[in-house]
Amino acid sequence: MSVPSTDPAQALRHTPLWERHRALGGKMVPFGGWDMPVEYSGLSEEHRAVRERAGLFDVSHMGEIRVKGPKAFDAVQRLTCNDVGALDDGKIQYSAFLTPQGTFVDDLLTYRIAADDYLLVVNASNTPKDVAWAKSAEGPGAAVEDESPIWAQLALQGPRAETILQTLTETPLSRITYYRFEAGKILGVPALLSRTGYTGEDGFEVYLHPTHSGDVWDAILKAGQPHGILPAGLGARDTLRLEACLALYGNDIDDAHTPWEANLGWIVRMKKGDFNGRDALVKQKEAGVPRKLVGFEVTGRGIARHGYAVQTGGGAGVVTSGTQPPTVGKPIGLAYVPADKAAPGTPLTIDVRGRGVPAVIVPTPFYKRR
Amino acid sequence: MSVYPDDRRYTRSHEWIRVDGDVGTIGISDHAQKELGEIVFVELPDTGEIFDAGQEFGTIESVKAVSEVFLPVAGEILETNKVLADEPGAVNEDPHGDGWLVKIKLSSDAEMDALMNAAAYEKFVEEEAKA
Repeated sequence: MSVPSTDPAQALRHTPLWERHRALGGKMVPFGGWDMPVEYSGLSEEHRAVRERAGLFDVSHMGEIRVKGPKAFDAVQRLTCNDVGALDDGKIQYSAFLTPQGTFVDDLLTYRIAADDYLLVVNASNTPKDVAWAKSAEGPGAAVEDESPIWAQLALQGPRAETILQTLTETPLSRITYYRFEAGKILGVPALLSRTGYTGEDGFEVYLHPTHSGDVWDAILKAGQPHGILPAGLGARDTLRLEACLALYGNDIDDAHTPWEANLGWIVRMKKGDFNGRDALVKQKEAGVPRKLVGFEVTGRGIARHGYAVQTGGGAGVVTSGTQPPTVGKPIGLAYVPADKAAPGTPLTIDVRGRGVPAVIVPTPFYKRR
Repeated sequence: MSVYPDDRRYTRSHEWIRVDGDVGTIGISDHAQKELGEIVFVELPDTGEIFDAGQEFGTIESVKAVSEVFLPVAGEILETNKVLADEPGAVNEDPHGDGWLVKIKLSSDAEMDALMNAAAYEKFVEEEAKA
């Protein structure tokens, strides 16, 4: 038996919770330059804990970029494809940085702290690139700062998340609705309490100074114990996000694909005025979007993985993500296919290590919470 | 007592083989199934196929990853575990018993000597964990 692994030789960074992951029996793997837990008790068990009860993820490896000043709004509006003008204080928006070709530099969350103060939360592996990208919009009245070193981030996800977190904060969490946040305190320590996540479940992402993240991690696990909380790793994070059809940079979106192709047109606001990548998006729409990201279910025997080739009968495509995730319980995935072969019900053949395995395009997401 | 039965031999790639006459039953170790996590698909060869020692004869897929399995000694596939087509989780539940993968006719029993016994394998797993 052989399990593929990544080269561990490179120097990996540690989040402030690294010792705790080791103590909890976390299996550590390299991810985006960080040594991160892929699982503790087991991927499937952790996945189910999040769907049914609660799971706690260390996502301190994520990057945070602060844009401040009287011209901050203009800078973020130019940098990102969604409409920052739609935000009010305490509102969060899913968005992206786009290249001049209209393809993804990264996807991100935009937090409006104030009219002249924004926090952009980006992928760990892209943080240096994103910081450089954001700096391109820096100028008089818009200061861009890499705040990644001063933010730890914990994601408490699952139907019991609010009940558990409420025991540690005086902020009434029920008033924080989906994709909103408040500056509050947790265990008496200043924190941003954000009703967001990457699992398809209800939950919170807590941003706080790394100094305090260990105590808060311990307190959440303790408060969650009667509710059946589990610490959860990157493995479960990946299967949970795939069931909910949340894109993963490097798999489903990258600098070779546009939001039109990735089915993320809903985060693009063409009418807001000019922004990076807009011209290319106009051109692609005029010329016709060549391919689409679709969900599929494998109907034959086998599991489709990232990078496997897809045939659609007259067109070729590629699998971007795929596995048999625990809640859905059957082999599913995402793939780019020619745009005229992207309708649900379209049959596909996926090359599973030399074997042609039948699959069919299905509506997404694969999982939606009730 | 060891979790690894001492009626068989083990490989460095975490397969086991139990020999009865010239027939060998092959599976993966308890350690291997734990490393893989929830197994969702097992792909096995056809009967009659012949493999060398150390050659890949099938794949096991967990939620996490695809892993190849290698034949501990050379032989011809006599039988595959049909139960695994519908219940791949049997490998997780009983890796040393009902979760066996294939039965082979051994080409030669000389190759068995190169494999580890239960005690040696247990030590090997412990050392691998430390590395």
